[in-house]
Amino acid sequence: MAMDAISHWFLELYETTGINLTIVYDAYDRKRFLSGLGMTVYLSVVCILISIAIGMVGAWAQGSPLRVVRGLVNGFVVVFRNTPPLVQIFFFYFGLGQILPRIEDADGMRVPILTNVQWAIVSLSLFAGAFNVEIFRSGIEAVPRTTTEAAQALGYTRFGIYRHVLLPLAVRICLPALNNNLVNLLKTTTLAYAIAVPETLYVSKQIWTDSQNVPVMMIVLLCVYTALVGILVFIMHRWEKALAIPGYGQGGAR
Amino acid sequence: MPPVSSPGDNGWTPDQPLVRLMDVRKSFGELEVLKGVSMDVAKGEAVCIIGPSGSGKSTLIRCINALVPIDSGTIRVEGQEVNDPELDKLTLRRKVGMVFQQYNLFPHRTALQNVMMAPIHVLKQDKKEVEARARALMAKVRLSGKENAYPGELSGGQQQRVAIARALAMRPDVMLFDEVTAALDPETVKEVLVTIRELAEEGMTCILVTHEMGFAREVADHVYFTDAGLIVEHGPPASFFSDPRDPRTREFLGQIL
Ligand SMILES: Nc1ncnc2c1ncn2[C@@H]1O[C@H](COP(=O)(O)OP(=O)(O)OP(=O)(O)O)[C@@H](O)[C@H]1O
Ligand SMILES: [Mg+2]
Repeated sequence: MAMDAISHWFLELYETTGINLTIVYDAYDRKRFLSGLGMTVYLSVVCILISIAIGMVGAWAQGSPLRVVRGLVNGFVVVFRNTPPLVQIFFFYFGLGQILPRIEDADGMRVPILTNVQWAIVSLSLFAGAFNVEIFRSGIEAVPRTTTEAAQALGYTRFGIYRHVLLPLAVRICLPALNNNLVNLLKTTTLAYAIAVPETLYVSKQIWTDSQNVPVMMIVLLCVYTALVGILVFIMHRWEKALAIPGYGQGGAR
Repeated sequence: MPPVSSPGDNGWTPDQPLVRLMDVRKSFGELEVLKGVSMDVAKGEAVCIIGPSGSGKSTLIRCINALVPIDSGTIRVEGQEVNDPELDKLTLRRKVGMVFQQYNLFPHRTALQNVMMAPIHVLKQDKKEVEARARALMAKVRLSGKENAYPGELSGGQQQRVAIARALAMRPDVMLFDEVTAALDPETVKEVLVTIRELAEEGMTCILVTHEMGFAREVADHVYFTDAGLIVEHGPPASFFSDPRDPRTREFLGQIL
């Protein structure tokens, strides 16, 4: 009823103005579009979480006494920071995906080990994770050495210091940079389009191909990503506020 | 000399020096900072180390809890060899508390949490029991009511007393103080010195690097004077301050007093 009324209004809008929002009045397009939006949100959330974990572990490993470990982390960072994310996605999906052996699924079909969605998650998480390693490291380097020393003198192990002292302080210091990188990651999820992951851009293309409403869908896309990034930034600011320490850094300037 | 057996089973008894340094040497690159330092600190003793800037006082005190590795010589804390590569640093550091010039509190934790953290994280002690002890320590350093303040909300003197409580929470056998009043303004120096003095009077073994000569004179059982990486002179404060023998000591005391 209400939905019918809305659909009707948008159909009328189309007939009178030519603004063709099939994603509102057409049930099929609406469903496609919402599932694409869902995929974008899913990719973003999963990749954000994994990339933060990569950043935390990588920054920890960068402080390793073992040169090999430090070298590996630095190599990883350089490769993923210096190459285009689209090339990385192709590398994983077409390159690695071809080389890796296939496995049998439940129906006895031979399928790739990872689906395109999974490859997109791997690739995008590593891409953003490489930047996060650098971001967390810069935060850790900003913690005074004397603070670490105090923890050492209290008997903390290297891991204990990282977990209870360095990381909590580093996160607070590097939040603005982390914020930027995660916004960038959310926008970069559109590259999964290139390996047919049905995210927002991909389904939008299907919709505008079927409905011949390219300009309208373009505007829809701009609005959708503006809103998604807005939500992410809002959450990050809330997090920043929650982490603020009275009398320290920004918390001191209240 | 009897061979040193495994840590914890080293035959140490409380009548032997709690901290013993023998011919300790340390260089940073070309710069030799400690040129053979020996020192014995008995249980319950308060020892002050004084000397000009750059003479190696901080390095000396930081060797005792292995924050600085030494090049040669031996350091023993309760008979345990500090530079034994086999030694688990935790077994050493739970015995040796340290307070720094810049307080070095953990800024993201409240005063009470700062005191509670290490016993819970490092010693895995029961949280309730640690909290009770931490509150008692906060009272002892006269900071009841400031438990929930963050370090950034406390004055320098208050932060330094939290730092003392934090070190005491590990129930150390010896406390190291490295110029802990040097960053404080004159009024707050006193409140920190009172706290340390009480500790020393209760029988805590204390090794203090300080520029507070009046304090050294009153509180110390023994005073060491370092210059250019060597202990030039040492003795009980009465004779040390009234009748210094070495010309370098005289010159230093002449400048400071
Ligand atoms: N980690 C280090 N690396 C290189 N040189 C160092 C290091 N720590 C100390 N030094 C040098 O060793 C010498 C002794 O330093 P130390 O801090 O022990 O002196 P100090 O007696 O405590 O002086 P102050 O009274 O100024 O604190 C100084 O010349 C210092 O520059
Ligand atoms: Mg010093």
